[in-house]
Amino acid sequence: MPLGDLLTLTTLFLAVVLVTPVLGHYIWLAMEGEPTPLRPALRPVERLVYRVSGVDETSEMSWKGYTVAVLVMAGVAILAGYAMLRLQDVLPLNQGGIPAMSPDLAFNTSVSFETNTNWQNYSGEAGATYLIQTGMLAVRNFTSAATGLAVAIALFRGLTRRSAKTIGNYWVDLTRGVLYVLLPISVVGAVVLVWQGVPQTWDPTRAVTTLQGAVQNIAIGPVASQEWIKELGNNGGGFFNANSSHPFENPTPLTNWLEMLALLAVPFALTFTFGRYAGSQRQGWTIFAAMMLVLGVGAVFAMHLEAAGNPLFPAGVDQTVLGNMEGKEARFGAGVGGLFMAVTTGTSTGAVNSWHDSAQPLSGLVPLFNMELGEVTPGGIGAGMYGMLIIGAILAVFIAGLMVGRTPEYLGKKVEAYEIKMAMLTTLVLGASILGFTALATATDPGLAGPLNRGPHGFSEILYAYSSQTGNNGSAFAGLSGDTPFYNITGALAMLIGRYGMIVPILALAGSMAAKRRVAPSLGTFPTTGALWVVLLIGVIVIVGALTFFPALALGPISEQLLQNAGKTF
Amino acid sequence: MRSFLRHVLLPAVMLLVVLTLITGAAYPALVTAVAQIAFNRQANGSMVIVNGQAVGSSLIGQAFSDPKYFWGRPSAAGRDGYDAGDSGGTNLGPTSAQLIANVTAAVEAAQKANGGGPVPVDLVTSSASGLDPDISPAAAEYQVARVAAARGITRDAVRAAVARHTEQPLLGFLGEPRVNVLELNLDLDGLLSPGAGTPGASG
Amino acid sequence: MGIARSLMALDLGRGTRRFQRFVTLGGAKPGGEAPRPRGVLDPELLRAALPHAFRKLDPRLLVRNPVMFVVELTAALVTITWAAHTTGLEPLPGSSGTGFELQIAAWLWFTVLFATYAEAVAEARGRAQAATLRRTRSETTARRRRADGLLETVGSSELRRGDIIVVEEGQTIAGDGDVIEGVGFVNEAAITGESAPVLKEPGTDIRSSVTGGTTLVSDRLVIRITSNPGETFLDRMIALVEGAKRQRTPNEIALAILLAGLSIVFLMATVTLRPFGAYAGITVDTVALVALLVCLIPTTIGGLLSAIGIAGMDRVARFNVLAMSGRAVEASGDVDVILLDKTGTITYGNRLAASISPAPGIPEAEAVRAALLTSIRDETPEGRSVVELARKRLVELDWPAKAGDDAGLAALAATIAEEIPFRAETRTSGVRTVTSGLVLKGAVDAIAGGLDGPLPPDIAAQADRIADAGATPLAIRDDGRVLGLIELKDTVKEGLVERFAEFRRMGIRTVMITGDNPRTAATIAREAGVDDFIAQATPEDKIAFIRKAQADGHLVAMTGDGTNDAPALAQSDVGLAMNSGTSAAKEAANMVDLDSDPTKLLEVIAIGKQLLITRGSITTFSIANDVAKYFAIVPAMFVSVYPQLGALNIMGLATPQSAILSAVIFNALIIIALIPLAIRGVAFRAAPASELLRRNLLVYGLGGIIAPFLGIKAIDLLVAALHLA
Repeated sequence: MPLGDLLTLTTLFLAVVLVTPVLGHYIWLAMEGEPTPLRPALRPVERLVYRVSGVDETSEMSWKGYTVAVLVMAGVAILAGYAMLRLQDVLPLNQGGIPAMSPDLAFNTSVSFETNTNWQNYSGEAGATYLIQTGMLAVRNFTSAATGLAVAIALFRGLTRRSAKTIGNYWVDLTRGVLYVLLPISVVGAVVLVWQGVPQTWDPTRAVTTLQGAVQNIAIGPVASQEWIKELGNNGGGFFNANSSHPFENPTPLTNWLEMLALLAVPFALTFTFGRYAGSQRQGWTIFAAMMLVLGVGAVFAMHLEAAGNPLFPAGVDQTVLGNMEGKEARFGAGVGGLFMAVTTGTSTGAVNSWHDSAQPLSGLVPLFNMELGEVTPGGIGAGMYGMLIIGAILAVFIAGLMVGRTPEYLGKKVEAYEIKMAMLTTLVLGASILGFTALATATDPGLAGPLNRGPHGFSEILYAYSSQTGNNGSAFAGLSGDTPFYNITGALAMLIGRYGMIVPILALAGSMAAKRRVAPSLGTFPTTGALWVVLLIGVIVIVGALTFFPALALGPISEQLLQNAGKTF
Repeated sequence: MRSFLRHVLLPAVMLLVVLTLITGAAYPALVTAVAQIAFNRQANGSMVIVNGQAVGSSLIGQAFSDPKYFWGRPSAAGRDGYDAGDSGGTNLGPTSAQLIANVTAAVEAAQKANGGGPVPVDLVTSSASGLDPDISPAAAEYQVARVAAARGITRDAVRAAVARHTEQPLLGFLGEPRVNVLELNLDLDGLLSPGAGTPGASG
Repeated sequence: MGIARSLMALDLGRGTRRFQRFVTLGGAKPGGEAPRPRGVLDPELLRAALPHAFRKLDPRLLVRNPVMFVVELTAALVTITWAAHTTGLEPLPGSSGTGFELQIAAWLWFTVLFATYAEAVAEARGRAQAATLRRTRSETTARRRRADGLLETVGSSELRRGDIIVVEEGQTIAGDGDVIEGVGFVNEAAITGESAPVLKEPGTDIRSSVTGGTTLVSDRLVIRITSNPGETFLDRMIALVEGAKRQRTPNEIALAILLAGLSIVFLMATVTLRPFGAYAGITVDTVALVALLVCLIPTTIGGLLSAIGIAGMDRVARFNVLAMSGRAVEASGDVDVILLDKTGTITYGNRLAASISPAPGIPEAEAVRAALLTSIRDETPEGRSVVELARKRLVELDWPAKAGDDAGLAALAATIAEEIPFRAETRTSGVRTVTSGLVLKGAVDAIAGGLDGPLPPDIAAQADRIADAGATPLAIRDDGRVLGLIELKDTVKEGLVERFAEFRRMGIRTVMITGDNPRTAATIAREAGVDDFIAQATPEDKIAFIRKAQADGHLVAMTGDGTNDAPALAQSDVGLAMNSGTSAAKEAANMVDLDSDPTKLLEVIAIGKQLLITRGSITTFSIANDVAKYFAIVPAMFVSVYPQLGALNIMGLATPQSAILSAVIFNALIIIALIPLAIRGVAFRAAPASELLRRNLLVYGLGGIIAPFLGIKAIDLLVAALHLA
């Protein structure tokens, strides 16, 4: 791997290590209504929000109440979003005769943004008006991210409260997440992006005459404000079709680095927030380490393969320096393309600065596997943390607890049949959605019409689509033609299953754990900190993921790699 | 039921409305205001103005086919490439026969135009955005002889122009060394007005 | 019943007593202790379990075990496929040769059978033990006292709680009850395996309870019946050892959910391979898919899970501890605070002579001789210990009169003119001798009262020192002089110090409860090595302590026998009652120790932990095995369409069919191979959790990944050599 790539990776991860305690502590303060430097300015706004919405910020919710609130909010937002997308042609701020979305596309898109997936079966610059981009899609970027954050915080409370009936107030958590956490960082981040060249204007597309005399229509718009929250909130839906590879979304290596940091900042910071709730920062850092290790190994793997190039290219190509540049941007390079690929799928973001479809077979395996692990390394904002806690921690603690001869416990709370049921439910839901929809698509004509590429790679495109949508990631092996009723509807279902099939069991678990008494730790308690626990946590998520998806991956990227080694093309 | 309406549905609807106003209207408006005042050029697309006319954006690549110009990377944006209203890549997989055919054809064309030799990979592979404004210094060097011949100037003069528009990695490691094709071609045409450098430098 | 009877003859003829010697903590390994007899892996038992294994194949029974039920379904499916195929009907898509199908079908049936066999083996001992107990319970008659005071003869099944019965020497006691009149010896061998009769008398709290089915060997007892038919101790015992009412424990249920969940995951992973394969252009062989499914689902742990649970309960029973539920055994693994009575549990409960020191100016030999004289007629344990110590000391001192030997002792005894027994008023006892007059021992202040002068200050100081150290000083005097001091000390049982140290390593805190004053308590606590003590404790203090510890998040275990222990036993997470205790205590506890040995609690805790560790380790092993099975079967399935996938065949298995067959055979045989481990339990040693985990992860996690690679390869070599596939 070139030194520059290695330094990019190192500085990025170092920055994450530095940001984590600061942001993690701040999130705790913000979510619990503690004083922060921003509170004097934002508290009046927060109060106003509650007054207008009829929210009593002092009353807390049971897990059922919390779940109902999350689901109703999602239902309202999906319906409202659907209506706006269906009417975008007649609503104001239509910069260039953009037509309304079809019913199935509008359904897919509305669900996509509400579930923090940002899978896009439309082309950003050609298919969405400025009103939709700012007034609907970017709003969902905030609210869906804040909802993930809220659910994670509710789970933290559940795990750490003793004999409690409530786990917080969703309306308050949502509002605080938006106002105190996401909004201030976004204002700063967006302005930095503009400085680096990201447009922020309400002017319509500019037509220019090029040096060779052709007309070039240059799509612009309020890009920066959306770009930043799309990364920070792990949403990933591009203003443009080319997403973060587009020079207007990601104009310089610096913005590329900052956007990667934005992707990683909150999910990793939440490990510290978790430590704060658990009363032991070691708990948080241990999870941090597990997430970082899996992410890092995947990133290095993908960077190495991308930098190595495509062995099938003809002899006349010199790729020794630049690597696999198909679907990559010259300013970032192939290796950093691999890094971004790992980072955007390790977090459930789905923004891309290169086309994953054109990545080498095994480096394409990295994003696929990241998503199939359940988006937990570090996963989406909030979602990664709760996924890690339920799939990794609860299952790992169950096995480890047995092996030390105690009925298992996590943070002093006994892990019993109900918790295992919830943890298995989420694992099942993920597996069923990804494998089930992929099987459906490979067994039906509308499904088979999707892939652009043939051979194992075509299969990978389908598998990737449902892995991404179920994982609420949103990136794609984008050769797949997704804007068909079949893919729009099955994709929307996968996104709904992936999101709420996770959130509901998580909140149920939070409720049941909150009600438990806390058992004091002793030498006989297995410590959920330290290197052994990191190994175990990684072991469980990787083995569960690998065992579930190995056959599918064998028929996709693994076969493709072996075939590529043998010089086969399709 | 009343309780549901009052304590669940109403807050959901109203919160969505209020948060839409805050994050969907106030936030972009604030960012736009700051952007337009502080970074007007970038906020409006980093347009390159020649004789009062925008000839493109320094961040957006253009299609070049004339031998006197440096050529950018193959583009899959739009039907004919470099359509800045329809960004995107080929999405061809690594074992795609089509991809290999495309690259093979591009290699042959590049070798024919530039006089043989191994072609830097960025000149024969499509960029992700289809609007990549840059090529690698190697890809520029590969074209120097052709451009010099077409323009009837020395290779060193062309190389000097390339050097002027070559940006090195930030801090020595962030990003790849790269040459902005549009700015380089404008410079060769003598049209580059002072100050229209790379966007990062202008802040 | 025939089987059970013959088993009884083989295995239980000598009762359960022989199992009761402790196996050391680390030694749950079979045969860890010399007297350990043929265990559950006795060949006779193994043979006897076989018919039960076949009976358990009934799908209606097997459905309770989803993992094995799935295997049975697949076995049936493959059998039908094979049958249809051989009879010329249209085979399922992608079908392979009939010989292959028959072999796969056979091995799938074996897989199920091995699992049911494991359970049958685990149950075998309990089934036999229940048969013995049932004979004990067989209908007897009782003489019931009617309201008018006359006796009537009724069947034991007619006895109800509150009835009064009269039992004569040689009769079987017809039901559980409390002695209200009479004193007598009862043989409880039927319950405890202990043949020495036990004294029963009314009003003693501990010795007043009798158990139905035991025999009165002397005298006559009047007993108030305390339980209705069907609810007696014996009934419960039978149900428990037989496992008839065996309910799955919470942890077992949680694990079963995990296993069912994993099975569904693997079902999805295999079922979807059909369309995935179709995309690649291949019709995946149904039998291969079935084989993959069975290999992936956790059949190893699924097949052994109930055997582990039954065997765990059985191990507890071998210690002659009767656990009322599996839940209690599991909970004992979680205990991190143990509350132990000082007397009888930590110490022998008798104050014994530890030293004899002379008063100033008195030769030691004279003081010792005086001590011997005072106790020569004292039959209390204290008295006997003084005699023993004094004789030993006299031999060492080589006292001329040789009172150390038997002749000398007799000579000394001959000098006794009058015995002065202990009286509450005088608080002294001793003898008057013909040679040296009065010799008395007693509490220091009582002795001081009978001296000519004041108590010498040296003696007073010495007495205080003895008291400070938690022991009891007794003074000895003759007619006017104080001769010396006897130190009586309660002694800590052997081996407990090491045991408590082990528990500290496991993170378990031991707390001693005693009625002694804090000073005395502190001394004993230090000697025994307990972590904490509660002095001058009342029964209320016990409950308060347990509640407080539980509120702080601890799980508390305790032992008890008295009626006033019952509330605390009920409050504790694990309560172990002594069989000699009152029925109230036994009702309140969730375990009863038939040998009435309170230190058994420590063994029970180890067994509880071992049970969970065994479950966790085999689960880990089972899941880790899947890695190798994937590498065996997945390339075999798809190598025809993507020959390059042969690169994944890292074991170099001969052919696709031999790969699949070998994986299935390995999957079946590993169940049989692990039956001994499941039944004996994974070796447990007292160590901190992280150390245990590291070790078990290495052995069962890493080992679980590696073992099947070797096993499948070996089987494949055999399969290829025999041309089976």
